[in-house]
Amino acid sequence: MVTGHYPETEFGDLHRRLLILRVGLLLVVALLGLRLWHLQIREGPYYRDLSENNRTRQVLLEPARGLIYDRHGVLLANNVPSFSLYVTLEDVKDRELLIRQLTDLLGLDAALIRKKLTAKGSKLLPRKIKDRMTLRDATLVESRRLDLPGVMIQVESQRNYPGGMTAAHILGYVGEISGEQLEKPEFLDLHQGSIVGQYGVEKSYDRHMRGVAGQKNVEVDALGHEKRATVVDKPQAGNDLYLTIDARLQKVAEDLLGAEQGAIVALDPNNGDILAMASRPGFDPNVLSRELTAKQWVEIVQDEGRPLNNRASQGQYPPGSTFKIPMAIAALETKTMAPSSTVFCNGGYQFGKRVYHDWKAGGHGYVDLHNALVHSCDVYFYTVGQRMGIDVMAEFGRDFGLGKATGVELPSERSGIMPSTAWKQKAKNEQWLPGETISAAIGQGYVTVTPLQMASLIGTVANNGISYRPRLVQAVMDRMTGNLQEIPAVPRGKLSVKPETFRLIKEALADVVTKGTATRAKSSVVTIGGKTGTAQVAALRTGPEESIPKKFRDHAWFVAFAPVESPKIAVAVIGEHMGHGGAAAAPLAKEVIEAYMKLTPQVPAVTSDRSNTEGPGRFSNDS
Amino acid sequence: MINRLTEHRGLDSFDIRYVALILAILGIGVLSIYSVTYGQRGVGTPYYLKQLVWIGVGAAAFLIMWASDYHHLARFAYPAYAMVLLMLVVVLFEGRTSKGAQRWIAMGPLSFQPSEFAKLVLVLVLAHYYSKAPRAGWLQRVIVPGLLVLPGLLLILKQPDLGSGLSFVAVYAAMLLMVGVRSQALGVILLFSIMLFPFAWEGVWGSLHDYQRQRIMAFVDPGYDPGGKGYHALQSRIAIGSGELLGKGLYGGTQSQLKFLPEGHTDFVFAVFAEEWGFMGVLVLLTLFVGLIWLSLEIASKAKDQLGALLAAGIVAMLCFCVVVNIGMTAGMFPIVGIPLPLVSYGGSATIMTMAALGLLLNIKRKRLSLFY
Repeated sequence: MVTGHYPETEFGDLHRRLLILRVGLLLVVALLGLRLWHLQIREGPYYRDLSENNRTRQVLLEPARGLIYDRHGVLLANNVPSFSLYVTLEDVKDRELLIRQLTDLLGLDAALIRKKLTAKGSKLLPRKIKDRMTLRDATLVESRRLDLPGVMIQVESQRNYPGGMTAAHILGYVGEISGEQLEKPEFLDLHQGSIVGQYGVEKSYDRHMRGVAGQKNVEVDALGHEKRATVVDKPQAGNDLYLTIDARLQKVAEDLLGAEQGAIVALDPNNGDILAMASRPGFDPNVLSRELTAKQWVEIVQDEGRPLNNRASQGQYPPGSTFKIPMAIAALETKTMAPSSTVFCNGGYQFGKRVYHDWKAGGHGYVDLHNALVHSCDVYFYTVGQRMGIDVMAEFGRDFGLGKATGVELPSERSGIMPSTAWKQKAKNEQWLPGETISAAIGQGYVTVTPLQMASLIGTVANNGISYRPRLVQAVMDRMTGNLQEIPAVPRGKLSVKPETFRLIKEALADVVTKGTATRAKSSVVTIGGKTGTAQVAALRTGPEESIPKKFRDHAWFVAFAPVESPKIAVAVIGEHMGHGGAAAAPLAKEVIEAYMKLTPQVPAVTSDRSNTEGPGRFSNDS
Repeated sequence: MINRLTEHRGLDSFDIRYVALILAILGIGVLSIYSVTYGQRGVGTPYYLKQLVWIGVGAAAFLIMWASDYHHLARFAYPAYAMVLLMLVVVLFEGRTSKGAQRWIAMGPLSFQPSEFAKLVLVLVLAHYYSKAPRAGWLQRVIVPGLLVLPGLLLILKQPDLGSGLSFVAVYAAMLLMVGVRSQALGVILLFSIMLFPFAWEGVWGSLHDYQRQRIMAFVDPGYDPGGKGYHALQSRIAIGSGELLGKGLYGGTQSQLKFLPEGHTDFVFAVFAEEWGFMGVLVLLTLFVGLIWLSLEIASKAKDQLGALLAAGIVAMLCFCVVVNIGMTAGMFPIVGIPLPLVSYGGSATIMTMAALGLLLNIKRKRLSLFY
């Protein structure tokens, strides 16, 4: 058969070896077959799962957040489209390279990107790295898609406040959910990168407004680029809010404060609707709803004016002479004083070794309750306070809502302090000193209140003791069904104070404006009743007001209601370090009241047909 | 044999089973290439069309080889080898680089890979060497042919092309096995290998490119870094495994369609096929390969002379090696070395070379039927 140079025996060997080769071949092929059987049959389902996960990514579809309108349907908060940059870690080949590329391309902060990329969370879920990108940056990234595996540009809605700083403290702002928030049960269905309300009604009504995220499954290729998408759940838009505030009045109030620090609260005493709630200095919620750098954040937080503080509900001030209103009511109700009984005021009140001065050096002479209010006689109320005792004062103060939060729908509302013997024992573990009662009688010492509490108090007086919880939201509209759900006013009951008492007090408060300490609040448009207050900041005051450094000057208070005959609006004004209430705060209250009176006649009542005047992205503005 | 007085009559030797097997495997290759590049239309000529052109050229090479005479060819073995070595040198200086390796010589719009042809020429050289004289003693049997292999091997490893290099060694080893090595010679080789291993390891490991080292590392634990070093291996295993029994169907292979599996039309074409046609398809393809190799071994054992037998054995060994290593590496049994699956993977040089080699095999069969040469 085969011929060649090798002996026959060796050729026999060649055939034997070919046989070995055959057997070897079969053996090796059998091994391959076995391996493939193992991969495809035994572990097949496992690899099938892996291949499914390989190609599908779950992308959350952020819901459109509910819109916010004022009481007349003026748009206060909406959503505008914006570009966001997402990164899916699973698809990122080289994290450091990506960070470098993004910093070079968009000028982002490398440390910030790294922090977001290393944050806890699924590798398969895209995480937001940058929002509010410019169109230019977004196209820049899109054009380099192939060099940026795992990077995705999403168009999503960005919160927008068309009014800028207007009503910022009421509206609040939104922001990415924090790590701590994520752990809380109320945010259970949210995820890293979710936008939630962080302040104002955005926070307190977050549950209503945030909506429900949808989900789409995206089939991606090896670079993480979308090939096909199937929507599993559509996102559900959040519900819209209709606030009680009137954006125009709000603007008036804010402009009145201007560069000063302080707050103005105006509410409707007949139902507790907050018509305006201004706090200055303010902030731009558009800026805060964006991604802030650490430096920007520190700047805002360390601002001495504390612009994020809503002074209307969070600022606690001594009420000063405005506290004489509940004091006067208490005096009549407890019969500590008859309306006609008088006290002689010589400008000072001796108690023990100490003389408590009246604000008027020479004194007011003989004053009855009416004149004590009209001219804000301190000595009269020192006497009343001393006769009544702190605990009776505290009881009346609490009846008017002092010392406890009003329950307005805003986060971090403060309660102020309505001191009593029990309170001091509890808070300071000290005995109440009789002298402290005398300070408290004119709203100094331990007594502190918020402007919102004072607005509510004067409203209750104006409304003859019938009071409502102050509210900011009057209706919530369900985006999905279009149903408008009215939020009813919350009555807090009627105080058991004689109508005669209210009549006398209101008469006196009207005279405060016509001939008393607040003549600068006198209006040609409407009758106004009110009470001035000057809250001492520093104990020692020497020389004229102008010579004292601003930060040691007194806070100016004015609480008012109008019209006196049938009150429609109650106002509390505090001007920090603005001096005397009558001079500084009273004119502001007058302006607010006049503005409201001018605005009100044209104002239609809230009707449910508002549901068809709105829509996502629609800027309805009927002002 | 001697009874067979028939002068060769061409078509008698044109074994129809053999050709059918080759065509079937080529068909599977074109189908898989078509499927994997289905989604990438619009960029130049589709790969499957190009592959059809290569197959056409390969068919011509097949027929030329079949019609020629391997004795005649063997006479040109050394000059051919010299040519190949020259081309390998040219590749090192002038070659086209792709994915970190310089393997191609550009000729106008086309480019070819000399290392593929080097394999076939090496078979020819070794067969010629052994059949020319009785190479006795380990010097003549082992060392001299080893020195013949060495320049080609080193040039190929320098590119670097680990797969072709290993094929070179495999051909050499297969030839050695065929002519027989005395046990003491084998012992000496083993001893030397073991003694030289530390130095060789240093040299080999040091000469490897980063990606080659990573691939070998990845073979140890492909799961540990899915995005990085073990990526090819893991994605390939996922592709094969997820095919399960019946596969995902044509274009259904998500691993390859969505580009998770790199090199789906070349080195990893088997994974594409396995994903789309499942274990059943795999069995069919393996059966076709076993059939082809079986028939080739048949030819080797019935060759009428030493040269024919050695040539056939060398070609079969080369084919076997490529099939087993390619499937083994895609299935995660071996480290990933760039060896295409013969007749299936896309690639002009490899396809033409393999078809020429198979034509040569048929030529060996044809010649055994002829009395004179």
